[in-house]
Amino acid sequence: MSIQIPNKLTALQKKKLISWLFLLPSLLGVLLFFVAPFGVVIYYSLINNPIQKEFVGLRNYINVWKNAAFQQAASNTFVFSLMAVPLAVILSLFLAAVMESRIPFKSYFRTFFLSPLMVPTASVVLIWQVMFHQNGIVNNFLSVFGNDKIDWLKSDKAYIVIVALFLWKNLGYNMILFMAALASIPKDLLEVAALENANKWQVFWIVKVRYMSSTILFVAIMSLISSFKVFREIYLMTGDYPYQTLYILQHFMNNTFASLDYQKLSSAAIIMFIVVTILVYAMYAVENWFGKDIEG
Amino acid sequence: MSAQVSFKNKYKKKKIRIDNFKTVLVTVAAIVFAFIFLLPTILTITNSFMSASEISANYGSIFATTEKGGKVFISKTVNLKFIPDMVSFTQYFTVLFKSPEYLFKFWNSILYVGPIVVFQLVIATLASYGFARYQGRVKNIIFFAYIIMMLMPYQVTLVPNFLVSKAIGIYGTKWAIWLPGIFSPFAVYLLTKFMRRIPTEVMEAASIDGANEWYIFSRVCFPLCKGGIASIAILVFFDYWNMVEQPLILLPDSDMHPLSVFLSKINSGEISLAFAVAVIYLIPPLLIFLYGEDYLVEGISYQGGIKG
Repeated sequence: MSIQIPNKLTALQKKKLISWLFLLPSLLGVLLFFVAPFGVVIYYSLINNPIQKEFVGLRNYINVWKNAAFQQAASNTFVFSLMAVPLAVILSLFLAAVMESRIPFKSYFRTFFLSPLMVPTASVVLIWQVMFHQNGIVNNFLSVFGNDKIDWLKSDKAYIVIVALFLWKNLGYNMILFMAALASIPKDLLEVAALENANKWQVFWIVKVRYMSSTILFVAIMSLISSFKVFREIYLMTGDYPYQTLYILQHFMNNTFASLDYQKLSSAAIIMFIVVTILVYAMYAVENWFGKDIEG
Repeated sequence: MSAQVSFKNKYKKKKIRIDNFKTVLVTVAAIVFAFIFLLPTILTITNSFMSASEISANYGSIFATTEKGGKVFISKTVNLKFIPDMVSFTQYFTVLFKSPEYLFKFWNSILYVGPIVVFQLVIATLASYGFARYQGRVKNIIFFAYIIMMLMPYQVTLVPNFLVSKAIGIYGTKWAIWLPGIFSPFAVYLLTKFMRRIPTEVMEAASIDGANEWYIFSRVCFPLCKGGIASIAILVFFDYWNMVEQPLILLPDSDMHPLSVFLSKINSGEISLAFAVAVIYLIPPLLIFLYGEDYLVEGISYQGGIKG
């Protein structure tokens, strides 16, 4: 006995070591392409230029922070995300509720709602242009109600178009997440709510939404991440230099890449890294506070 | 499902009428949404069957440019048509047989996306097994780092990608797109969550029978994960087929760009071709979507909740 136990332990340790071998290719790749260069990014953000390599503290950050283009891009991105993310959560929750109710041809509707997910942005950009042009369909439609024509993509209302495109692309994905969460709510929880004479509204807010709080968090985070990707739509529709309100962070980064200003680029990336981390952490905190009594 | 239905029935026996009314209302809402969701895709497809003259008659005022001084007759308003006046395949014919550049860019897209999907999944399957088996503190910390990396937008990750590709001399080559794609933490994250749901006993049973780790991985774990791998492959494919940011920054030579970037650069003279090209670009994801929708839905469902 006393000999067997250490033997078993080393066998287990051996297996654990082997399990690290499975991780190795991915770890090496991630180290080389993400982690190590990220260290370099931090380093670049703290020196004056790649030749002199003089430590300048936070000066690069202050410069980027004060940069007018960065401020414009950051505030545009922020305003966009602030509108797009809550709308994405609410509307996809609504769609999931629609899919939960008794409607015919459910599986077809699921397919239809999910279909924009697979459509490459490049393929539908032409149609979006036709729709939102000054003489486009949306204006034709609105003029029936007596609205003036707007050149959507070259006006202060351009972000409405982009929010619409964002929702079009992402609602289906979020809807599936919510459908899965709704299906996983224990039925006895709903039975109890019924026994206690809860009305539908109460069941929805107190039982379902609370039970789904971690999914809501996930949907919010994923929507936030994809809201940073709307650059695709904007770029493919309007090119490198869009109307002022459509100039977002990716444009700023692209132009900085073009000028090879490593200091600006690195500091901007680190600032964004910090902001995204804080936002994700804040959402976690809210979710913890909101759904703490239904852990598990 | 049946429990829920009976629960509903019990609760609302007297409200059948209201219930029917509600069903109609919800169905109408669903139809309206479905219409909006399908409209752009359907319009793109129907427009691709229009002749060049019909396209310019319909959308001339949007895409026509008079930069070169030529006068183009165009109508002021835009006509949106669902169905072409005359179905014409000339656009497709031109794209497929007369304009090799589009096919060339299409081939570029396949060349980038194919290897990324295959190798990202190979590496992720291995890594997920490593993460899911014998979890420990260190592994959990590393896994958390993977999540953070996955959540970072391109604006952040492209900077390290750019620096590394310059440093090791792959900037401007296909490898600059391939390698960061292959090592992306996205599939690792999803597949690890998938594998963690496999009961430990299943793998331990094989282990006690004397199977080595590779055997357990390839004969026990892998067969159980096939569905998950397929669904993640679909998601990865959609994501990279749609790529715009990476080529813009990592490939200065626009000849190497995939069709997803090139399509927007199409000049106004060839605007009638653009719809046909757009549809051709849509076909691979469309087929994958139609055949793999259930996998896709399953794969998305597995993602809910970062904590899990």
